[in-house]
Amino acid sequence: MTEDRTVEDLLRTFAPQVLGLLVRRHGQFDRCEDAVQEALLAAATQWPAQGVPDNPRAWLLTVATRRLTDEWRSESARRDREVAVARREPAYAGVAPAADAEPAVPADDDTLTLLFLCCHPALPGSAQVALTLRAVGGLSTAQIARAHLVPEATMSQRIRRAKQRIEAAGARFSMPGPAERDERLRTVLRVLYLIFNEGYTASSGPDLHRAELTGEAIRLARILRGLLPDDGEVTGLLALMLLTDAHRAARVGPDGELVPLAEQDRSRWDAAAITEGIALITEALTWSPPGPYQLQAAIAAVHAEASTAAETDWRQIVALYRLLARVAPNPMVTLNQAVAVAMVDGPRAGLALLTPLDADERTAGHHRLAAVRAHLLELAGDVGAAREAYLAAARDTTSRPEQRYLEVRAARLTGQG
Amino acid sequence: MKYMLLIWNRPGFTEELSEQERTALFGEVDEIMKELTETGELIGGQALANPSQTLTVRLVDGSPEVLDGPFMESKEQFAGYLAVDCDSPQRAAEIAARWPDVRYGGAMEVRPIMDEAGTEM
Repeated sequence: MTEDRTVEDLLRTFAPQVLGLLVRRHGQFDRCEDAVQEALLAAATQWPAQGVPDNPRAWLLTVATRRLTDEWRSESARRDREVAVARREPAYAGVAPAADAEPAVPADDDTLTLLFLCCHPALPGSAQVALTLRAVGGLSTAQIARAHLVPEATMSQRIRRAKQRIEAAGARFSMPGPAERDERLRTVLRVLYLIFNEGYTASSGPDLHRAELTGEAIRLARILRGLLPDDGEVTGLLALMLLTDAHRAARVGPDGELVPLAEQDRSRWDAAAITEGIALITEALTWSPPGPYQLQAAIAAVHAEASTAAETDWRQIVALYRLLARVAPNPMVTLNQAVAVAMVDGPRAGLALLTPLDADERTAGHHRLAAVRAHLLELAGDVGAAREAYLAAARDTTSRPEQRYLEVRAARLTGQG
Repeated sequence: MKYMLLIWNRPGFTEELSEQERTALFGEVDEIMKELTETGELIGGQALANPSQTLTVRLVDGSPEVLDGPFMESKEQFAGYLAVDCDSPQRAAEIAARWPDVRYGGAMEVRPIMDEAGTEM
């Protein structure tokens, strides 16, 4: 592990804690958040060269507080002070934390409050993601912009706007009441899973920065689990992420092509991630009522336990999907359920499950529906219809790797029917 | 989700506008661009020069040849684009519907931009 890596890990760990303390003292989430970002930036440039201060959190808090008070004075005074801070830096490293620098409430609680604030219902999903990554994840705007393949100015504006909206909604830095808390936690989980998927679906090459989001989502899910060990869905989400991410090395072929689950080289799966994921979900299911993330993790665990695709316990997977469809009815669940049913009761049984999805506006015309139908038609030996369905799916997807995969599947069937 | 909004209009149509109409049109464009910048939806955009300055490369007798003039001979020509990142296709269409060229007989095409990411199949 390099020195830079250590510094970055430290900074990312302290970022939400320092921000929590600052907001608790001064209010003004928007300004505090900017001040913490500036302090992180200062630390990222100074620590690797000058060494990590004895009390890194107090250092960050001191610098961020200064930025904040400077801003409250005039712009020109702020500029002067930055120069002074930069010159005087070594002195900061030795600064002992002031008596009031230690938190009156555990930093953990602040991190949870922050997560809840960033996932405020007044924000659109894209803003929740961006703000969570910056305020809780401690990522810079530039890093977030790179991961989302948008200019930094665009991302910076999106984050500024998100903070304004939170303020306009009258949100305060406090835990939502019990009635609201549950729903907000579901949103937090959804946002973390969104971040995970943004990273996971990115393969390599130009998407490398985006792929890092996967690790960040897992890190945040771990933190959340540390804060809420008694919530089965939090554990379920972490297990689901670990079990999914375990496929990373096997899910893309040497030329960047997608490799479906059934054809992946399972020796390339991440055994440590699988062991941890299975342990987490197995333990959670012994005491928690099974929610959607736990059930999806349980399904992923069944796949992980099969050393070859042929050994997959499809009956168990079908049973889990049935439960999932009851707990969280959703046409996307039905799509996956159809594949599992086809493996147990034959492709025609799977195809029958797809019929109602043509009338559901969430799935009608969706490329995933066409892709699953194509797969099942191929299993049923209906080559002509399978080919048509693959091509329809290829036309409708906006993902290049998926399009390539679907076109290859269609091409393999050409001339066979 | 990222979209490219393609602006199609009749080249030179602004020449026929009154001073007032022209000012209003550019004002509307400025206002939309300002809004998209503030919301953090704008990724980029460019206006293109008059099609009379276009060169087109196509295959002639088996080899690429550079020709004067646009690819398509049509009344409306591709005049520029906006790239936006927004939460729904409805939102992208809503932005396009406000673009002033549409009122002057032009058209906006809303086209999703392909993504390099893909889900496991």
